Amino acid sequence: MDALKLDGNAAAGLLQEIFTAEVTTARGMCAGCGAVEPVGAVSLYSGAGMVLRCPHCDAVLVKVVTDGTRIWLDARGVRALELHAPTGP
Amino acid sequence: MAGAAVLGRLTWHLAEVVEIRPETSQTKTITFDVPGWPGHRAGQHVDVRLTAEDGYQAERSYSIASSPDESRVELTVERLDDGEVSPYLTDELRPGDAIELRGPVGGYFVWDPQADGHVFLVAGGSGIVPLMAMVRQRAAERSTIPTRLLYSSRRWDDVIYRDELGRLADGSGGLDVVHTLTRTQPTGWDGYSRRVDRALLDEVAPTPSELALAYVCGPTPFVEAVAEGLVGLGHDPQRIRTERFGPTGG
Amino acid sequence: MPPIVSRGFRGRRRGDAPSDRVPPGQYATDDFPVLSAGPTPHTPLDQWDFTIVGEVDELRRWTWDELRALPSESITVDIHCVTKWSKLDTEWEGVSVDTLLDGIDTSAEYATAFCDGGYTTNLPLEDLTGGKAWISFGYGGEPLDPEHGGPARLLVPHLYFWKSAKWVRGLRLTETDEPGFWESNGYHLYGDPWREQRYWGD
Repeated sequence: MDALKLDGNAAAGLLQEIFTAEVTTARGMCAGCGAVEPVGAVSLYSGAGMVLRCPHCDAVLVKVVTDGTRIWLDARGVRALELHAPTGP
Repeated sequence: MAGAAVLGRLTWHLAEVVEIRPETSQTKTITFDVPGWPGHRAGQHVDVRLTAEDGYQAERSYSIASSPDESRVELTVERLDDGEVSPYLTDELRPGDAIELRGPVGGYFVWDPQADGHVFLVAGGSGIVPLMAMVRQRAAERSTIPTRLLYSSRRWDDVIYRDELGRLADGSGGLDVVHTLTRTQPTGWDGYSRRVDRALLDEVAPTPSELALAYVCGPTPFVEAVAEGLVGLGHDPQRIRTERFGPTGG
Repeated sequence: MPPIVSRGFRGRRRGDAPSDRVPPGQYATDDFPVLSAGPTPHTPLDQWDFTIVGEVDELRRWTWDELRALPSESITVDIHCVTKWSKLDTEWEGVSVDTLLDGIDTSAEYATAFCDGGYTTNLPLEDLTGGKAWISFGYGGEPLDPEHGGPARLLVPHLYFWKSAKWVRGLRLTETDEPGFWESNGYHLYGDPWREQRYWGD
């Protein structure tokens, strides 16, 4: 277990610049092993970019890179992401 | 209270320092006025961005310490000696200074006022911050959800919000606080004096049938050991919410 | 809205590094930050090998002992991370990639470095040869730490440090430039710090 590893909660600030639906409770199915977890519960590694990995099999779920203006997102490691439509006041 | 979803995309807000006060020798609480702040839920965090005059930037995440009934945003920051951001926040900031915040962020690690059963909060060091926001929200709402906080610190003087927790846990409100001091203990200490392990959890945690939700926050090794310990005691992993703080935050 | 400047914030930067050694947009540091894209692999040395595959006449393979028996060199270089820190005068020990490619017959113009844990990065073969790249197993006079890529990492200091792939296990020689782990997700295909080639389109 890497002490450097965080979880999807720490990626949420950047991801919320893209998604209007709340991201940490969004659930995804790992394209590697089929496990389903909310983004807040998956492993996060940060380096040149952010890499969200499946906490069960370590497969890459999502990669995110930003230069401050552009955001590159690769979510191929997730079969589908379940997002809740924003509720109005 | 807003639902779990967020309306619109997050952007950076200007935050002005109103007050700074020490909590322990290594931590301070900073109160910010944030024009246009949409309100937040206990457990959420913000990303803080600092920009130097030459454009150099650094970003870190900090949990919101204040409960949602406050109009201002409070962060409690632990000063890491080799940190890049925390020494600036704890040593340099003065009332009137400005930083940028992005948030509030999070819907997974947030207090659920509808929790149907016992809530177990487990804090390692500065992991107490988001859990304190939950304790404060619970008190402000006069919630009757049976709640126990297990709080691991190195020494009695490192316990953040020590007096406030003592007042809130006076037995009448359904909040119970259990400390463990892992490095040194005051004379006459009869509480736990070791790191949280499965045996300690077995004595302190609600049973799997009692538990509605557990929230575990602190450094990654702490969170993983506690989550593993709870699962080993028969708790449903889906009822255990985790938030890891890391060495990248300094 | 342009970013708000925070009074008195400087960050943890050295102000005294010679500017001809620090590429544009970079800041010198005395630390050696650990950045990672995944868990640290721990391949036992008796299971480790380094292979050259792909557009080659025949596959080449070295066990750990065989790699360590090759001539190696000590080098001192500056390294530049795309996250803006530069570290000057870093000391490494390793085998030149020229030594590994010696005698290999190939029409390939590119290579992809592949690693334990699945990381990849792509480079022109020309940037791996001519004394510009090493498979390095020593840093600062000690065996390379796992968190910094040990037992061995690729070292290509003239490009941004994401090209110096940690936990490297081989090179796949290719006819075309195939974007690796970060290059396929926004980072520049080539990555020259002196031309500040950080992202796509730079």
